[in-house]
Order: sequence, then structure tokens, then C-alpha cells
Amino acid sequence: MAFPAEYRYTKEHEWVNVKDGVATVGITDYAQHELGDVVFVELPKVGSTVTTGKSFGTVESVKAVSEIYAPASGDVLEANPDLQAAPEKINTDPHGAAWLIKIKLSDPSEISKLLNAAAYEAYVAEKTKEASA
Amino acid sequence: MRYLPKSPAERAQMLAAIGVKSTEELFSSIPKKYRLTKPLNLPGPLSEAEIIGYFKERAAENSTGYSSFLGAGVYNHLRSVITDTIIQRGEFLTSYTPYQAEISQGTLQAIFEFQTLMCQLTGQEVANASMYDGSTATTEAVLMAERLTGRQRVLVARSLHPEYREVLRTYARNCGLTVEEIPCAKDGGLDAKALQSALRGDVAAVVVQSPNFFGVVEGVPGLADAVHASGALLIVAVAEGVSLGLLNPPAEADIVAMEGQSFGLAPSYGGPFVGVLATRDKFVRQLPGRLAGETTDTEGRRGFVLTLATREQHIRREKATSNICTNQALCALAATVHLTLLGKEGLREMALQNLSKAEFAVAELEKIPGVRRAFSGAFFNEFTVELPRSVKLVNAQLLREHIIGPYVLGSAYPELTKNALVCVTETTTRAQIEKFAAALKRILEQPL
Repeated sequence: MAFPAEYRYTKEHEWVNVKDGVATVGITDYAQHELGDVVFVELPKVGSTVTTGKSFGTVESVKAVSEIYAPASGDVLEANPDLQAAPEKINTDPHGAAWLIKIKLSDPSEISKLLNAAAYEAYVAEKTKEASA
Repeated sequence: MRYLPKSPAERAQMLAAIGVKSTEELFSSIPKKYRLTKPLNLPGPLSEAEIIGYFKERAAENSTGYSSFLGAGVYNHLRSVITDTIIQRGEFLTSYTPYQAEISQGTLQAIFEFQTLMCQLTGQEVANASMYDGSTATTEAVLMAERLTGRQRVLVARSLHPEYREVLRTYARNCGLTVEEIPCAKDGGLDAKALQSALRGDVAAVVVQSPNFFGVVEGVPGLADAVHASGALLIVAVAEGVSLGLLNPPAEADIVAMEGQSFGLAPSYGGPFVGVLATRDKFVRQLPGRLAGETTDTEGRRGFVLTLATREQHIRREKATSNICTNQALCALAATVHLTLLGKEGLREMALQNLSKAEFAVAELEKIPGVRRAFSGAFFNEFTVELPRSVKLVNAQLLREHIIGPYVLGSAYPELTKNALVCVTETTTRAQIEKFAAALKRILEQPL
């Protein structure tokens, strides 16, 4: 399972990658693995705003429908246009081509409150242990 | 699924299992002021013999020997005894929602066929497994358009069925929708200029009915161009499904809301009805209602399942596309059987007879001094005539001659008290039309 070192993470299994005040958001490799085959993704419109901790879309797999929560607040600059036709990309490249949205951060300092790769990896390891216990 | 009654002992056992003393205690979370404290205002129970007696009395109220020229959203069409025989089979009549595909293949296949037929008739790509009726289907179409466009203003043809408009307004009142009416032009079709001046970038949908409530066929392709240019969606309501046996399907519409009563459902006490919503594939996620889909099982055999259920409230209540989860499965089945019996040629022939008889009726009525067609637009099996006096009074006299008169347009349109909406179907005979014309002529010759 991959945990890119430069990304930040939430306990709801979203990742965020910040460059010049713009955050790219997706769901983690662990999340896609738990969801199984993704069949549908619902994303917000470009120009709308997202709020930290609030749901901004859904990912539907053959097993479940999951809300996706915003790791930080801001305006939506882009929503990945490829996922409508090819939602399965989330299973094959969750940390890369299958990013969900790009947001212009309203408060870049929010990012430092998120988990770093090591902390998230430890969190996932704990989750996995709980599940197998 | 079986419906089995419970004995007092079984009730006590169930209450004990969950640790509750009485059934009443289950409702303790509901504040007292919202609880009903007196018995429902209903008549007491009847014995089997009394129930049979009651229904025999009601049935005896039926009068025979009347001819009818009343349509206005409910249509009398030929229906085969085969339809009733099939839908009364226990497997269909008492079946529950087919959640469990492995024991519900027959029901699911029938639903799938209903959806297929509705797509073929409407020229759309996906249809749901039915709604209550044409009015709720039209309203759900508007709510769909609101979700798809993110806009709240809705333009509705004044020639949309008055009851459909009422249902829409009931919903709109509490969900922030603004509903504006667009008048009709001299020919009875939608006033294109009025539409154009009301169409701005904030319109979610334009709703037109075709044939409209005055019987006039709308030019759907032309309307679609104007509506789409503003980024709004075009919703076409179809109250008389048989018209699609002759008219082009409203394929240019984004959503079609149809009433299916004409397909094998008798107009008894004004119902039951069966609505349907059909739309484009790309809008399916916002389509409310049940959907059956075709798939294959683990051995590669064709099978049917309920699909895309995340749109529905039993999966995600707060994000459901609609909180009406009931459909009209048995009525949809009747429509499926009826249309399958008729076939493509049969439906076309039925539609053609409606049109021919309506044309004959127009010619007969226009021979009467003072009677003229109110609108010049093309019609199907209903048309509006203007009489030299109140339609209500005329109808009272017609009834004495065992003729159920045309719909009194004044009851929904105060500006049209002398206008009558005449309906003629394949069940109306030439003799009945001639008798109606003769009676009307005689009535209008009498001094007021």
C-alpha cells in the first residue's frame, strides 16, 4: 500500500497535496482498497466552495456509497473530468490520475493540522489490526 | 413476501424480546402534542357478508347506456380481458418489492419490459418503473431539472393539465421553486414570444404538455431549440399516451413525464393511474423511482435486478432523489400487457381511429350554428369548441339524454366559460357522435 511522503491525510482517508496555495484532493490507496470496484463518482461544480470536514461529493463502489469530506476549505478550481467516464481509475491510480478536485485554499495553515504520511500509515495499520482482531 | 397476522401472544413475545412493555411505549419519543389522542374517524369493521353487500350496492350505482365525450386527462380505451387475467395472477397481484432478485425474476422482467416500452414510446434512453401518476411524474421531472441545473425558476405552460400544475405548486411552495405560467397563442399552442421573453439564464426547466390540455399538439423540436439555448431543460408531459401511436416521440425533450392510464387501465372512479418518467442516460443519477436492469448471473445467464438503488431513500434517505418510494407496479404491469397485446401496428391503428373519429366529430359539431373550434392548432383525440352559451348548462341538458358532456374548461380557466373540451376515442361510435351533435343542436336552438 502506498503512502506518498509529500501528501497530507485525513482520518476519513482523503489525501491532499498542496502547491502554491492550490490543494489537489483525492481518496487514499487504503480507501479504494476498502471500497472495492468504484462505479460512480459525484463531484462538486467548479466555482463552488467546500468547507473543512463537510461532505463535497460521493464515491460509489459495488459495496458501498461513501461521502468524501473536504480536508480544508476553499473554492473549487477544477473537478477531475475523466472520472465521470472512467471512475475505475480510482482503483488503479488513486494518488495520481484519479485526483478528485483542486481547491484554492482559503486558509493554507489548515493543512498543517492534517496527518503526515507516517502518522496516517500508523493510523491505517491500527485500523487493519482492529479489523483482523 | 407473505402478509401474516400476529396473535396477542406473538406481540407480547416480540415486545419482551426488545424489552418494551407495550406497543404504545414504542412511540414514546414522539411528543404528546403530536400524538393522536382519539380514535381515527373511520366506520367500524364489517363482516364478510356486509363487505360484499357494500360493494354490490356501490356496483349497482353504475349506470349503463351513456355515451361520454369527457376526457381531460382520463381516457376511455378498449382493453382486453387478457390484461386483467394476467395481472390478477397471485404471483403478480400480491407480490412485494422485488429486492430479492433470485426469487423475483418474473416481476423484475415485467418491470424491465415496461421500462423498454416506455423508452420506445417516448424516444428517451431510460425510463423508471413508474410513478403515482402524470401529475407527480411532472413534478418529479421539475425537481430533477432543479438538481441538474442548480436553478430555481420554472416556466410552465398554462395549457399543462390544471391538476398537474396544482401538484407542482404544492411542492414548489415549500422547496423554494418559483413557478411562472406561459400563456398559449391564438392557435392553442404555447406562445413562443412569451416563452422567449421569460427565458433567461436562471430557468431550470420549461414544462409543456403535448397534446396540451386544450387538445393542441405542440411543436416539441422547435421549443427544444429555444429552451436549450438558455441552458434550461425541456420537460414534455404526455397525458394521453395513445397519441404516441401517431405523433413523433418527444425525443428532443430532456425529460418526459407521462400518464399511462390510457394503456389498459379503466377510468373507474377516475383511476388508478400510472405515471412514468423517461430521460437521457446522462441524467439517470438524478432520476427518481425504481429501476430494473438487465444483467448476467455467475453462470452467464440473462437475469434482472433492481439497479442504481443509491438514488432511492431506502439506501440514502437524506440524499434520495425522491421520498416517494411507492410505485404503481401492478398498473405498470397492466400497461405492459396491454401494449404487448396491441403491438406497434395495433397501437398505431388505435391512435388513427382516435384521430379519424375526432375529425368526424369536429365536422359534425361545426355544422351547428354558433359552434366553432376555438383553436386552429393540430389535435389528436381532443379539441376545444366555443359554444354560444355556458357549457355547464348545456351539459346538464345533455345528461338527461344519457350523454356525458365535454369537459367544462371554465372550471379551470375562468376566461373560457363557453369553451368545451370534447374527447372522442376509438370506443366512441359514429352513431354516438351523431346523437351528440343532434342533441347539442337542439339544446342550442332552445331559448335560454
